[in-house]
Amino acid sequence: MVQVPIINIHGVLLISIQDELLDDSISELQQHISEQVIEQQARGVLIDISVLDVVDSFLARTLHDIAATTSLLAAQTVVVGMRPAVAITLVELGLILPGLRTALSVEDGLALLGRGNGTVRTGPR
Amino acid sequence: MTASANHEISSIVSEFLDRRREPIVAEWSGSPFFQGSGGDREQAAVDCAEVLTGLRRAVVAGEADNPAADGFAGIRTLLEVLAAQRGDDSRLVVDTAASIRSLRDPLLRLWHEEDLTDGAVAPGAVLLGAAVDTLGLVLLDVALSAGRDTIASQREQLAELSTPVIKLWDGVLAIPLIGTLDSMRSQVATESLLQAILDQQAQVAILDITGVPTVDTMVAQHLLKTAQAARLMGAECVISGIRPQIAHTMVQLGIDLEEVVTRAKLADAFTYALSKLGLSVIPAATGDV
Repeated sequence: MVQVPIINIHGVLLISIQDELLDDSISELQQHISEQVIEQQARGVLIDISVLDVVDSFLARTLHDIAATTSLLAAQTVVVGMRPAVAITLVELGLILPGLRTALSVEDGLALLGRGNGTVRTGPR
Repeated sequence: MTASANHEISSIVSEFLDRRREPIVAEWSGSPFFQGSGGDREQAAVDCAEVLTGLRRAVVAGEADNPAADGFAGIRTLLEVLAAQRGDDSRLVVDTAASIRSLRDPLLRLWHEEDLTDGAVAPGAVLLGAAVDTLGLVLLDVALSAGRDTIASQREQLAELSTPVIKLWDGVLAIPLIGTLDSMRSQVATESLLQAILDQQAQVAILDITGVPTVDTMVAQHLLKTAQAARLMGAECVISGIRPQIAHTMVQLGIDLEEVVTRAKLADAFTYALSKLGLSVIPAATGDV
């Protein structure tokens, strides 16, 4: 099972998915993220998928579920770096993932989460 | 007619084509079909001889009515050149029929001048007629495939030409869509826009449809999909250039662009994009240019 590292930067959990994951690993990651959000009192989650050539419907739905879960735990989820081909495919599949926040790069994602001057804030913004 | 009789007729006809080569070429080279190259009789005679050779090969092979026969395949290049010289395609069928008649009539006349046994005259004439008719089919095929190639290459050029992605500002892109959007063109436009968003890390992309004559449900669907894909990548799409009558049609068709931001003019969309980036255009102070 592939273990995806979760890095905490000033209250934002950075998860960079480097490999295509099996469905089990994805489910485990989902579980792991929600645990870490509570444990580290994170206010945001950044999921970087810029190296993924393929995002299947399961991963797409899970990303959406992660966003919904973390927002219940008072943390915003932003998916960053989705490739054009992946975006087109998801739209063609009808998976437009409403409500999921997206950004072009990790930097933009951090800006979206209001890291701003680097002050650490916890809880909902 | 038995196979051996067929073979016999074929050999008589091919012998005739070989022996009467000169008069046939002389008759043919006067026909308008071979006069395409500016009335150069010598060139016309050379072309005629080549076509005649191809025809004869097909007759010898017993494939006078098969347009894919080797004999006809060998003269396709020449026929392409001759077809290209004619230029005007508007009367293609009528012209081809006339060309074929101008080749068949002299050929049959010469055939009937031959001193032949009664049994061979009619079947031989039928065979010659069939061979020339097949030549006509090959001619049509050559002309049509030339047309198809032209259409394909022009379609490709159109797709390339019509989808430039323009950078308006750091982080602001625009793609002016022009002309009727079919599914291939819209796909190319979407792909190049999304790629440009990635390359330039653009946060706002403006789809300008000023040059699109009509917006039907398919075009609207495409605009919506592009906007959704851009959003998934983390950029925002703004649609501009919706003319009043198009807006009217869209409402009547029940097209709802949902959450996509729309602006009347490209300028308005640009202003919106700048405000998204936290920028604004202000007049320079007087005298401070």
